[in-house]
Amino acid sequence: MDKKEQFYQRLEQRGVSRRDFMRYCTFLTATMGLSASFVPKVAEVFAAPKQRPPVIWLNFGECTGCTEAMLRTVYPYADELVLEILSVEYHETIMAAAGHQAEEQLQAALEKHSGKFICVAEGAIPTKYNGGYGRIGGRTFLEIAQEVIPQAAATICIGTCACFGGVPAAKPNPGGYMGVGQALKMKTINIPGCPPNPVNLVGTIVNYLLLGKLPAVDDMGRPLFAYGKTIHDQCPRRSHFENEEFVEEFGSKEAALGYCLYKMGCRGPETYNNCPVAKFNDGTSWPVEAGHPCIGCSEPDFWDKMTPFYEEF
Amino acid sequence: MGKRIIVDPITRIEGHLRIEVEIEGGHVVDAWSSGQMFRGIEMILKGRDPRDAHHFVQRSCGVCTYVHAIASVRAVDDAFNVKIPKNARLIRNMLHGAQYLHDHLVHFYHLHALDWVDVVSALQADPQKTAALADSVSGADVGGAVYFKSVQQRLKTFVESGQLGPFANAYWGHSAYKLPPEANLMACAHYIEALRLQARTARLHAIFGGKNPHPQSLVVGGVTCQASLTADHIAEFLYVTKETQAFVKNVYLPDLLAVASFYKDWGGIGGTRNFLAYGDFPLTEKEPESLYLPRGVIMKRDLGKVDMVDQAKITEDVTRSWYEPGSPKHPYEGETKPLAEDPKYEPSKGKYSWLKAPRYDGASCEVGPLARVLVAYGKGHKDIKPLVDKALTQLSIPATALFSTLGRTAARCIETVAIGDALQEWTMELVENIKSGDTKTYEPYEIPESGRGVGLNDVPRGALGHWVDVKDKKIHNYQYVVPSTWNLSPRDGKNQRSPVEEALIGTPIADPKKPLEILRTVHSFDPCIACAVHVIDPHSNEVYKVNVI
Repeated sequence: MDKKEQFYQRLEQRGVSRRDFMRYCTFLTATMGLSASFVPKVAEVFAAPKQRPPVIWLNFGECTGCTEAMLRTVYPYADELVLEILSVEYHETIMAAAGHQAEEQLQAALEKHSGKFICVAEGAIPTKYNGGYGRIGGRTFLEIAQEVIPQAAATICIGTCACFGGVPAAKPNPGGYMGVGQALKMKTINIPGCPPNPVNLVGTIVNYLLLGKLPAVDDMGRPLFAYGKTIHDQCPRRSHFENEEFVEEFGSKEAALGYCLYKMGCRGPETYNNCPVAKFNDGTSWPVEAGHPCIGCSEPDFWDKMTPFYEEF
Repeated sequence: MGKRIIVDPITRIEGHLRIEVEIEGGHVVDAWSSGQMFRGIEMILKGRDPRDAHHFVQRSCGVCTYVHAIASVRAVDDAFNVKIPKNARLIRNMLHGAQYLHDHLVHFYHLHALDWVDVVSALQADPQKTAALADSVSGADVGGAVYFKSVQQRLKTFVESGQLGPFANAYWGHSAYKLPPEANLMACAHYIEALRLQARTARLHAIFGGKNPHPQSLVVGGVTCQASLTADHIAEFLYVTKETQAFVKNVYLPDLLAVASFYKDWGGIGGTRNFLAYGDFPLTEKEPESLYLPRGVIMKRDLGKVDMVDQAKITEDVTRSWYEPGSPKHPYEGETKPLAEDPKYEPSKGKYSWLKAPRYDGASCEVGPLARVLVAYGKGHKDIKPLVDKALTQLSIPATALFSTLGRTAARCIETVAIGDALQEWTMELVENIKSGDTKTYEPYEIPESGRGVGLNDVPRGALGHWVDVKDKKIHNYQYVVPSTWNLSPRDGKNQRSPVEEALIGTPIADPKKPLEILRTVHSFDPCIACAVHVIDPHSNEVYKVNVI
């Protein structure tokens, strides 16, 4: 039985029909802005990759929220990503090896895949005091980044910290934290969000596997398929905004009716992301649906520019 | 002088941790725990709007997501003197219970299991025998020889590809792995099942919190998810809870007991002496009386004597941490500065960690599932005591075996069982309350010019306290003392070791080049280092009284 058949069989054992799977691929294709003719090709990427592309995942000054977000992916589930789709050569949160065996694993992966691996970076890099505020195996995050990232075929920053510095870079930024691209003075693909929706990372990787190149990005390195429009422009509460129907206090009648949260401090108009369309956790919900204003978590310097969160912009 | 070995990075944890041990005669004789990253979120909070604090502190950790947010809104509620409505209390508890379910499942299967389970040995298992074993110990609804054969085939295909990814270069075949191949295969299958289940369990946060990690429906004064309190959302919450709880009871608990039965010697390894629990899940407005998980402190392993916690007895010491020198102080009196330099790692005599050393009444205390379960057990908790007794009977080990690495890992599962059941009751209580016509989820308030508040919480990794001081409607000072700081701190000014440093002493090490045994004990604490590294604001050194709640 070929790999593809095995894949569908496994899906079916899980109660996922081919139809369900194709529906997901359609969703992903739509999310990525590819034409419908790509749907079977997207399915192909998941079903039978010719060889599993190597990935090195680096954790810097972070909270592991972006890794956790990735573990929430469904279609493909995380186990499929790890066992059948990608070859995750190094990832401290999930890898079995520790200590010097983990360090050897990183070096072995670099030797073997130099110039050919995808590097995913999570977390910001402290630059004050020679980068002394963050170390792994005695080496600073900065040293590790300088060694690994230039050898990658492509570097994808996951989460606002890796993209733009995020929370540790908020004023007064005690450790001199920066986004990975800024610290290394280079361009990276940026998938911001605190944490981002895993669909946007999967979409970026699928794009790479399918077309052999990274998706089109804006001037901040953000894939246009996910970050091309504002939250506000895609918000299901937009009509309330147009009709000037606003929530002015949590717990009010207007809040119960799901009116627009603009006056409660919603940052949807300034924030580029696909939350209202993609939603989180297998399309379950997103913050505005839970009655809370958007805090602009995928925008650069949002901890300073978007705060105080509960004041109208 | 014995042989020194360093394990850095400690993988399968949150954050950047370095463990150094000294070995003599095949055993650990001394240990040093070091946090290797500093971000300084408390310094960042100074001068900001107190209502925003929970968003910032939640980013302390994405594994312990939600927990700092709930701690923060409780502290600010307290500072603003807001009494949240019943529905808000219930929903906050429900989201918190969901975090326990999710966090503990992921810890056991994805962060801890590979310390006990040999993936490579699973390739040698007989699927038929594995099915029989699984049927005899667990009530998993997926199983059978065909299923285990397909899991084994997946692993074989993966191994034969030569791209071992996260399973490369590990300790497979180590003499300390004791499970037969069939038990290893069963555990590997459940590792995969749990990986899929946790993605569904996380939806509990999305239903009433918009997303996970970092749900976004808590606010000072209550919760915002009023429009989501519909029958279909509540039913969905209940459905996912039941699905997760079925796995906890039919797979996680049986797996834990099955694995533990091969590692009973670990019931005598990795123990500590003192235990501290703030308790959590207020079932009425009365705290600590109504906490579902009770508050208490146990000194010197005396289960017959559970004292009430007096938070005025908490101090933090920086003698061996990378901060400017100062005497041990209560969190409210903090005056600390991170060293403005590239810190030097000097475990033998000097400073060696970004973690500070919290102490209770001058003593180091273990916090977390074991502390909570021991406090509940000592108080004769109606749900937890029977679960503990049953597990001890099944493994035919005495209660003293709880003071160990094995006890810590078992306690985590036991409390998950209890919380999963209680969570369904709280959900039904919410239904009844809404039915009675109470739909209030938020209490409006005026921001006071100044005020102080504290939130004492118990979260998956242990006791968590947040302290906030508001002046001119802004955060004047914000501090938190988190579980992993208690468990994984360095030594203090009196040279007392932290719980993990103490627990590692006596650990047998079969092969110093492959210190698998060290990982077992360190992982049993479920370290979260990003949370644990913090700094108290350097510019507030006032002394003031604490409201003991």
